[in-house]
Amino acid sequence: MAFAAPKETYPGKVFQIAIGADQSAVFGGENVLSFHSFEGNAPNRPVIAYEIQDIPPEDWPETVRKVYEGVSGDPVTWAKHCQNELKAKAIALRLIGTHPDRENRSPEEAAKIVKDVLSSINIPLIILGSNHVEKDAAVLVAVAEAAKDKNCVIGKAQEANYKTIAAAAMANHHKLIAMSELDINLSKQLNILITQMGFDKEKLITDPMCSALGYGLEYTYSVMERIRLAALTQNDATMQPPMLGDVGMYVWKVKETQAPEADLPYWGSLEERGIAWETVTAGALMVAGAELLIMRHPRAVKAVENFIDELM
Amino acid sequence: MALSGVEIFKLLPKTNCKKCGHPTCLAFAMKLAQRQASLDACPDVSEEAKRILGEASAPPVRPITFGTGPKSVKMGEETVLFRHEKKFVNPCAFAVEIKDTTADSEIDGIVAAVAASEIDRVGQKLRIDAIFVSNASNDPGRFEAAVKAVAAKAPEVPLILSTSNAAAADAGLKIVADKKPVLFGADESNAEAMANVAKTYKAILGVSARGLDALAALTEKIKSLGVEDMVIDSGARSAKEIIENNTLIRRAAIKKNFKALGYPVITLAQREEGMLETLIATLGVAKYAAIVVLSKVEKWKNLALFTCRQNIYTDPQVPMQVEQKIYKVGEPTPESPLMITTNFSLTYFIVSGEVENSKVPCRLAVMDSEGLSVLTAWAAGKFTASKISQFILESGIENEVKNKELIIPGYVAILSGAIEDKLPGWKVTVGPREANGIPAFLKSRA
Ligand code: SF4
Repeated sequence: MAFAAPKETYPGKVFQIAIGADQSAVFGGENVLSFHSFEGNAPNRPVIAYEIQDIPPEDWPETVRKVYEGVSGDPVTWAKHCQNELKAKAIALRLIGTHPDRENRSPEEAAKIVKDVLSSINIPLIILGSNHVEKDAAVLVAVAEAAKDKNCVIGKAQEANYKTIAAAAMANHHKLIAMSELDINLSKQLNILITQMGFDKEKLITDPMCSALGYGLEYTYSVMERIRLAALTQNDATMQPPMLGDVGMYVWKVKETQAPEADLPYWGSLEERGIAWETVTAGALMVAGAELLIMRHPRAVKAVENFIDELM
Repeated sequence: MALSGVEIFKLLPKTNCKKCGHPTCLAFAMKLAQRQASLDACPDVSEEAKRILGEASAPPVRPITFGTGPKSVKMGEETVLFRHEKKFVNPCAFAVEIKDTTADSEIDGIVAAVAASEIDRVGQKLRIDAIFVSNASNDPGRFEAAVKAVAAKAPEVPLILSTSNAAAADAGLKIVADKKPVLFGADESNAEAMANVAKTYKAILGVSARGLDALAALTEKIKSLGVEDMVIDSGARSAKEIIENNTLIRRAAIKKNFKALGYPVITLAQREEGMLETLIATLGVAKYAAIVVLSKVEKWKNLALFTCRQNIYTDPQVPMQVEQKIYKVGEPTPESPLMITTNFSLTYFIVSGEVENSKVPCRLAVMDSEGLSVLTAWAAGKFTASKISQFILESGIENEVKNKELIIPGYVAILSGAIEDKLPGWKVTVGPREANGIPAFLKSRA
């Protein structure tokens, strides 16, 4: 029996997004499943952004905290370090210090930090709130204005607060992350609600919610695969924005990235284990469909970049 | 592809003798097509028809058991391309390579590491499943010695003997005959000789070719030589080739019922650099490998890969719930805080992760809310004051804690009074709304 390669072509494609004042980071745009360039177009590499935050990373575990020792005291130095030393392609600034249970910083303070960071780097910036629905609505509006016309990514808009955040992203010409909790229908519904406000669907990024290896990774993996299949096979525009894997935040709080080898000798080196946890989580989600990844450890980023080199 | 009723009918005797218990051959054919009858019921069917029908109804990826005894590994039998459609069936085996150029003392060390690799995770025993002994020396004597050393130290571990030299294959297989090993190394140049050795020792034959056309032609040739159990290698080594070839093989087998590629796939993932190797192996797990070969056993890498495999091979139909009970995070004392949340597995993962993060030992009461998150469960009437108080009372936790204090999620602050009414002697404290507020909350109380 002669072999005929069962290649697939699809009616739909993923929207391509370019971010940054100079549009230097481009992702999405494929009309096939991730890295299936053998049967269609996959023009862009996934983009990995280094995560930094507005306050020192005292809550990050040792393995990843120590690599930023001496630079993470203020976000400007930290951002410059990522750009200049680590050759980051993008930076994700998480304004965790605005959370009411943390430093409870005001929207104005957050806006100033964003301005300072933006004026010290020339790579694209992703600006994230603290995941407090009400506070994010106020903070993200202020920072979207402060970053006007810099073509940043603002996030995350959720069902409870999308209106104000999407309006601010639209008025100030930014891209927007829409996050819902691990359900393809919720994800679709939120994208519809946001586009019904007049927000351009081609400026959206879908965050179906990340989960770490061993802590629900398979849910994120399958929701991503299903969203991508809907985008391609059903040509469903509400499912066609590129997807985000917000990996670092979820990975660096699980036990496997923190428990010392002395306590769990059969788990092996804590350092390698933590990095592998972030690496595998990111790699698996990329294979499932994530085009934008937010990560913390430089060695994990490097490994995933090498993996992308091999995949493209 | 499965045959239609009419196609099957054409192969039957067409005598309508009713011996099969059906009024006509056509009626029987229709039942066969729906897999509601077995061909054995017709006594008069020809050998030729049996062969064609048997082939058409065989599972798309051939089921093969690799190794013998308690550590044997099932391969093949997969039915879908995406895990949300249906559970992936047989978790891939991880094999570690031992080159026969390795000193005997080092071989012992690797075999010991394989033996010690077993860990228990969420109730499953996970381990490095197999050893891939490769004939790097190209010397049959050295290969035989290496296989002997490995087999002596790890008699239960399934082995893959990798050599394209039929004399070396014979020398190695002699030692592990009856153990259903894989002989990996048949290619276009040595197919006959390797097929013969594999047949002699009843080994599974690992077949390599460059590209899928050549691979399909080669498996057909080897099958005609009388070897049925094969694992296949398309020559894919880079990540790009692995995703392409493994995807096309799985699709050909499942969607086209293309028999020449309907075999378990072996993916060689060895890399110099450990993190990159971990990623290539992750790709193998996600994209259809039945055996993934690694260069080294490392505990941290094992843990990450075992967990990844477990996640990918989890049954997607099982609801996203964890068992209702009072979980201990860290080593709580009678004075440690008691928190409550719902049994949506992600709620549980995130909340327990944050509690872990706080380094404050805790008891976490996880209540059955039919897999809903806190807000949804509350809105649906599954996380109410009466249900919470009943759960706490029935759990008997009262006898284990010193302070009768229950910390409830901030989102259901409204319930605190009602719970206190129903739990006499208890104090209800309102905790943070989002899980990420838990560490600060717990530390501030400590
Ligand atoms: S037993 Fe065979 S030949 Fe007789 S009716 Fe059934 S299918 Fe036809």
